[in-house]
Amino acid sequence: MSTDNLLFAKTHEWVKVEESDGAKIATVGISSHAIEALNDLVYLELPEVGKEVTAGESFGEIESVKAVSDIYAPVTGEVLEANTALPDNLDSLHEDAYDNGWIAKIKISDDSALSDLMDKAAYDKMCEEEG
Amino acid sequence: MSYLYNTPDDQAAMLTSIGVDSIEELFGTIPEDLRLKRDLNLPPQMGELELTQHLSALAAKNASPATHACFLGGGSYDHFVPAAVDALASRGEFYTSYTPYQPEVSQGNLQAMFEYQTLICDLTGMDLSNASLYDGGSALAEAVIMALNTGKRGEKVVVLGSVHPEYRQILQTYFIDLGIEIIEVACPDGIADLAQVEASIDASTNCVVVQSPNFFGGVEDVAAIAEIAHKSDAVVIQSFDPISLGLLKRPGDLGADIAVAEGHSLGSPMQYGGPYLGIMACNDQFVRRLPGRIVGQTEDRRGKRCWVLTLQTREQHIRREKATSNICTNQGLFALRASIYLSLLGPGGLKQAATLCTQKAHYAQQKLTEVDRLETVFGGSPFFKEFVLRDTQGNVDGLLAEAREAGFLGGVPLGQFFPEMEDCFLVCVTEKRTKTEIDALTRTFSLCHTGGSTIHA
Repeated sequence: MSTDNLLFAKTHEWVKVEESDGAKIATVGISSHAIEALNDLVYLELPEVGKEVTAGESFGEIESVKAVSDIYAPVTGEVLEANTALPDNLDSLHEDAYDNGWIAKIKISDDSALSDLMDKAAYDKMCEEEG
Repeated sequence: MSYLYNTPDDQAAMLTSIGVDSIEELFGTIPEDLRLKRDLNLPPQMGELELTQHLSALAAKNASPATHACFLGGGSYDHFVPAAVDALASRGEFYTSYTPYQPEVSQGNLQAMFEYQTLICDLTGMDLSNASLYDGGSALAEAVIMALNTGKRGEKVVVLGSVHPEYRQILQTYFIDLGIEIIEVACPDGIADLAQVEASIDASTNCVVVQSPNFFGGVEDVAAIAEIAHKSDAVVIQSFDPISLGLLKRPGDLGADIAVAEGHSLGSPMQYGGPYLGIMACNDQFVRRLPGRIVGQTEDRRGKRCWVLTLQTREQHIRREKATSNICTNQGLFALRASIYLSLLGPGGLKQAATLCTQKAHYAQQKLTEVDRLETVFGGSPFFKEFVLRDTQGNVDGLLAEAREAGFLGGVPLGQFFPEMEDCFLVCVTEKRTKTEIDALTRTFSLCHTGGSTIHA
């Protein structure tokens, strides 16, 4: 997947928004920059299908050998699907954070949060400044 | 701890150093009505010799398994502790180690904890064990918290009435302000009624708490209870007696998802109720919610086997708000004693200890119910090492007081836990009790109401 048309949250989640039957569906994952920073991944807790999530609130967690990080919902809506194959293949995230590395698909109920997301260039700049 | 002087001169020096004139001024921020404003109600100081004599005299008033034949149970048991347990556990490397968790300096301690976990997994038939908790009652509460925190289930907790009443009180204490509904299933027959258990479980039931052998000594049909609970997706928590597993099926084989126990029976004395050992083992699904410490085995960079604390992201020092528990330690010394005990006995020895308990308890029940004023209360259901007797003369306290005079701790009065059981008491018979003691207790009880002289143990 090209990352050019993705949006990014300050908390390092990526979002791909697509239209389907008149609804906006956000596919969400974690940026490869964040995956590399986390290093040795050991556990991923997926959000539950059917759960209502709110932009900016934790809806899952990813654990590395040294720390646990929350995964924050970048959009508000209902979880339609979770990538159940991912928790058993966490190492694959290092090679592929964007195609098979998606975490959940969320049916957006309120797209106001989308305006808070960055494009790739802005996100790269933020990561660079963070060091 | 060391004895610290606190003379008026010391106090003056400390006050000067802080920059206040008096103790009153030091406590100025504490509201007046919360202050004691008098000396502590303590007797005056004594010299060492006088103090030693005073404390010896006080200690001599205690009745204990060392002075009496002990038939007390109800959560604390007079089991045999092999001398090797004390000899090994009191080695300085174990006995005086401080926070023995750092892999760089504590490989021996960590290995001992790892062996403990392995033994507990074997004993219970569960996937994993933590490095122990504080005692059987709080371990049960922690198990319920773990169930509530795992997966998406309801918030109702079903607890059988045959679970230790003090354990049920601990659950009430833990959950009093958390909006968790605790449903107690009455067990008037001293054993769970499966139809009642089924009726108390619904889609919002999070977990079902069963104790087997239960508080009255009865062996519950845990497999049937587990089957009922699992139909509603509820977690099954069994509080067990570790010694009983020498004879009875393991919690893991009966369908329990979490198994907890008071583990002091494994190599530690009754010691006035504690410190004790909380055993907790569970299935893999709880691995990221298990409270306390977990020791894991790994390899160092030279490929040598070694041990470390693992899965620490469960713990509150990593993420306080999501941790199951604020327990970040264990009962290392008692877990070690349990490991030594289980290693010394082995499966055969544990089976022997459990068999002796059962045989002697059944002999005692048969003998004691031959006493005119005593009758069995829950006849018919299988029991392990404890059983309930009713004093038909309704004077349990008097009966037990007379037995105590004659050298027996004869049982635990049940009226303190169950108002309708004022005339009942719980008798426990471990492998340490002898036929002679049981027969003598029988004679003592039978002479109690006739006013005849009692037989001393």
